[in-house]
Amino acid sequence: MNVMMLLEMAASGFGDRVAFVDAQAGASITYQELYDAAGAAAQTLAASDAERFVMLDVTNLSIPVALFACGWAGVPYVPINYRLTDPEIDALIDRVKPAYLVGDPDRIGRWTGSDGVEVHGRDAFLGPARAGDAPEPAWSMDAEETAALLFTSGTTGTPKAAVLRHKHLVSYILGSVEFMGADEAETSLVCVPPYHVAGIAAVLSSVYSGRRVVQLANFTPETWIDLVRAEKVTTAFVVPTMLHRIVDVLEGESSANVPHLESLSFGGGKMPLPVIERAMELFPDTDFTNAYGLTETSSTVTVLGPDEHRAAAASDDPVVKHRLVSVGVPLPGIEIEIRDDDGNVRGAEEHGEVYVRGEQVSGEYEGRGSLVDENGWFPTRDAGYLDEGGFLFLEGRADDIIVRGGENMSPGEIEDVLIEHEAVFDAAIVGVPDKEWGEAVVGAVVLEPGAETEVETLQAWVKDHMRSSRVPERLEFWNELPYTETGKLLRRIVKGRLADG
Amino acid sequence: MAGLAAGKRLKSTVCNTEIMVIAAPGGEVDLTCGGAPMSADGAGNGGNVAADFAGGTTLGKRYTNEEGNLEVLCVKPGDGSLALGGVALKLKDAKKLPKTD
Repeated sequence: MNVMMLLEMAASGFGDRVAFVDAQAGASITYQELYDAAGAAAQTLAASDAERFVMLDVTNLSIPVALFACGWAGVPYVPINYRLTDPEIDALIDRVKPAYLVGDPDRIGRWTGSDGVEVHGRDAFLGPARAGDAPEPAWSMDAEETAALLFTSGTTGTPKAAVLRHKHLVSYILGSVEFMGADEAETSLVCVPPYHVAGIAAVLSSVYSGRRVVQLANFTPETWIDLVRAEKVTTAFVVPTMLHRIVDVLEGESSANVPHLESLSFGGGKMPLPVIERAMELFPDTDFTNAYGLTETSSTVTVLGPDEHRAAAASDDPVVKHRLVSVGVPLPGIEIEIRDDDGNVRGAEEHGEVYVRGEQVSGEYEGRGSLVDENGWFPTRDAGYLDEGGFLFLEGRADDIIVRGGENMSPGEIEDVLIEHEAVFDAAIVGVPDKEWGEAVVGAVVLEPGAETEVETLQAWVKDHMRSSRVPERLEFWNELPYTETGKLLRRIVKGRLADG
Repeated sequence: MAGLAAGKRLKSTVCNTEIMVIAAPGGEVDLTCGGAPMSADGAGNGGNVAADFAGGTTLGKRYTNEEGNLEVLCVKPGDGSLALGGVALKLKDAKKLPKTD
């Protein structure tokens, strides 16, 4: 298995179709051109001394060329978060050299290329690749070879390098995407950054299904809406903070006015209920899909599809209605279990840690081995439960669970209640050390623009909706909450600031 | 023919068909295309597609046996059709899944 096989099939099945469009640069590449460029770039890579390929750039045409060239050449693809500081990036590059580094010329100007790192600007990489010829296909079909190393976001500490082998990525695509399932008019808008697993999944699944991909390098809600309209986008993926901002920009409108947008999927974090409800009003003709996955599982493992969204939204049954905030049911070939701290499998409605098993699940980190047990189960460190119908509900990271006086509580539940209050735009709840209770519930709240309220009012609001143990002892009003670019709340920063306060 | 492992790529020896194994039963597997054994490099005894196995293969489609323990993906189409132990493989229905990325 090799991800190149997916592109080879695409090039022979629909080589003349436009594959990728860089919206900012106004450049595009067809599937056949992508195949040829990957082959040419692979020769360059194979001739270098590099053992890894590092991508330090926003999304653009060189991203799919590099990903497939790496598969062809047998060199692991390592996309790095270009928003990190120079010392952080240096530390990551040190872990993967000797490396061939490609990036935005403005961003890579400071790397001189010495010390085991060969540095090339985006155009210096892409130009010769597009002008060159593809050699005869000669990639390895060894499914165990490493396709990509992805650094986890490191919201809790030093980033770990997740190892995704060709067998994981190819299994994910074969299990979830129909070859040439897209018709010629299908256009996907990709705004997740290349270093996110969803960025890799978007490239591979679009190629296999034959979609035209419009790349949006620097997300703003305004440009996203403009591009969806102008490019007649039919399908898009966003992280929750992006949808939150899109919905906010459309405040006061009755509809998003995007007649071509057939499906909108989201994942990568917890979607607040008011945001998804408002989005369903603004996009009445769009199918909504919630996807849950991790870097270590090659992206999506569970899906709440459009039919389930509509059934939940329309239902009077509270159990069914609640599924609107679930992440749905496992993909074919994926199994989910909930286990307690001692590893015992729990029943429906019982809370614990989410375990995942399937061909696409890697669970392996470079230099640390695999977290997958002898039966193939990977502990996600996400807390959650399954309902009677097998729908998965997430309750944040297992490490984020607040233990107050022996009672376990999920910060997400309290945040959801706060966000339901009309004056509240966003909320973060954490536990801080407390002499009496072990941990105390505290939080930070961002108000809607122009809104005013008191801490006491919000505490009373929580008390009206939840058990009194959930009421935050202390709340601060902040201008914004710290998020990663892909929408993960940086709880350790919230915790740090609130612990000092 | 020897045992098959998932991920292995095989070529027809009598037409352009190429497949990748997705799942395979253990032990010896008599997988043919166009009536002739398949091989890693497509080299064989030559010859033509047998009339009984001339239905052709379609790019991107999956084929499976009755028991469901053999599944292959067509990565290059050709004039021959696939069979296991002389029994034609059948087309596997595509799953309809919501787009997630």
